[in-house]
Amino acid sequence: MTQAEQERHFNDKIAREIKIEPNDWMPDEYRQTLVRQISQHAHSEIVGMLPEGNWITRAPNLRRKAVLLAKVQDEAGHGLYLYSAVETLGTDREQTIDDLHSGKAKYSSIFNYPALTWADIGAIGWLVDGAAIMNQVALCRTSYGPYARAMVKICKEESFHQRQGYESLIKLCNGTPQQKAMAQDAMNRFWWPALMMFGPSDADSTHSDQSIKWKIKRFTNDELRQSFVDATVPQAEILGLTIPDPNLKWNEERGHYDFSEINWDEFWQVVKGNGPCNKERLEARIKAKEDGLWVREAANAFAKKRALKKTA
Amino acid sequence: MMQEAALFEYILRLSDDSLILGQRLGEWCGHGPILEEDIAITNIALDLIGQAISLYDFAATLEGQGRNHDQLAYLRYENEYKNALLVEQPNGDFAMTIVRQFFFDAFRLPLWEALMQSPIEQIAAIAAKSVKETRYHLKHSSEWVVRLGDGTEESHQRAQDAIDHLWRYTNELFYENAHDHSLHAAGLVPKLEIIQAKWNQTVKDILAEATLSVPAHNWKFEGGREGRHSEHMGYILSDLQYMQRAYPNMEW
Repeated sequence: MTQAEQERHFNDKIAREIKIEPNDWMPDEYRQTLVRQISQHAHSEIVGMLPEGNWITRAPNLRRKAVLLAKVQDEAGHGLYLYSAVETLGTDREQTIDDLHSGKAKYSSIFNYPALTWADIGAIGWLVDGAAIMNQVALCRTSYGPYARAMVKICKEESFHQRQGYESLIKLCNGTPQQKAMAQDAMNRFWWPALMMFGPSDADSTHSDQSIKWKIKRFTNDELRQSFVDATVPQAEILGLTIPDPNLKWNEERGHYDFSEINWDEFWQVVKGNGPCNKERLEARIKAKEDGLWVREAANAFAKKRALKKTA
Repeated sequence: MMQEAALFEYILRLSDDSLILGQRLGEWCGHGPILEEDIAITNIALDLIGQAISLYDFAATLEGQGRNHDQLAYLRYENEYKNALLVEQPNGDFAMTIVRQFFFDAFRLPLWEALMQSPIEQIAAIAAKSVKETRYHLKHSSEWVVRLGDGTEESHQRAQDAIDHLWRYTNELFYENAHDHSLHAAGLVPKLEIIQAKWNQTVKDILAEATLSVPAHNWKFEGGREGRHSEHMGYILSDLQYMQRAYPNMEW
């Protein structure tokens, strides 16, 4: 087949909702877009373990400690599938990770905000995983097969995390005044960063159009952000928490909530590496990799020795 | 009554070992040498916390003072914790964590196997569930001991250093006092000399396969089982108890 025929064949599959598989021909930019997006997603899972992992030793009771351990373990598992999905596109896991450490690859900016109190763990589950699910449910139908399949499993676990986070906030909101205040404080700090998780507004999004044409993305950033706000406001009302936005109000005509403009300066600052914890997060990942080098070398050397013994 | 107090202490040792080691492993989360190990270590921590919950529940019943598992886990003073000194030792490098885990798993597996035979139904049930978990833990830690011991020169040295360092804490795993003797006499729990013989064998076999040496020194530390801990313990409890102490009498 000529390149033009292959391209026609590819576009035809996209149009007919047939998944693209690793050995299929695909345009280079399609491949690059997927590598960028999936690895960014994998990195987010791994960096996301840090703010929550930080609270495992301080979880307030044994049940919460077990739930948090299970959650963070799920995230490591998601990272592992997603790195594997990136590998199906011909990229090496080590290289993918090095791109994170060099700052070439990005991860979700939300994890550059600190988890200061126990309520933050609930807020991360509720708002951050909630926002992630909005994105990810749409990705279960993404056009690249391995990514779509990984997303199905990930979404199930994420929605569980979201409910756990919400449930732990219910406890705080029905608890003492200190607990309620702790929950409100977490809400105040995480609401805007959660909205920023959907990325730049459609007008400023560089990759959106082509991704929608290729059915990698099914909805635009602004559409997903609106769905998140619409779904989350009633949940906040049940908790009795105030959303830190004086302009938030139901718009009968649009059938959606109106809300204030995001502080895009802050958004771009954090994306560029100037958030409260960007430096600490990357340093922690780089340190884990460097400290673990001798372990990986040992495992490789051992595997080689055993392989030799077998053939001898 | 005497026997209940003895049993309460016995169960506390089991639960405190699980809790404190689980707490230590939880510190690794997100910092493991490879992603697969982040998953494995978190998983082991989760098993240990699960064991601690069941064990504290049972201890609370034995005590009959209306305390629940969280009050036992979170609201005792340092000298009331009965975990062995081994499990409270810092994570150190990956070799230290793995060797600590291996020494512990090699003790815990034969102990659970024996406790499955206990005439006390709750103990037998907890042992039957935990034995499956611990079998995996021991498989994981032994495989790593062998891999590190027989890997590179550096990993061999690190593993040997960890063994030499932690060896002093292993004898305490087999600590017994008058309470234990009363439990043995009643046929409720196994004598630890039987467990120790199995531990010696496992350690000897795995270290041989790993080309590592059993330390020649016979330097021993004890104290944890009597509530006399190392300097590390206070810091562990500062993290563990932080929320319960800072926000007393609240539900989470």
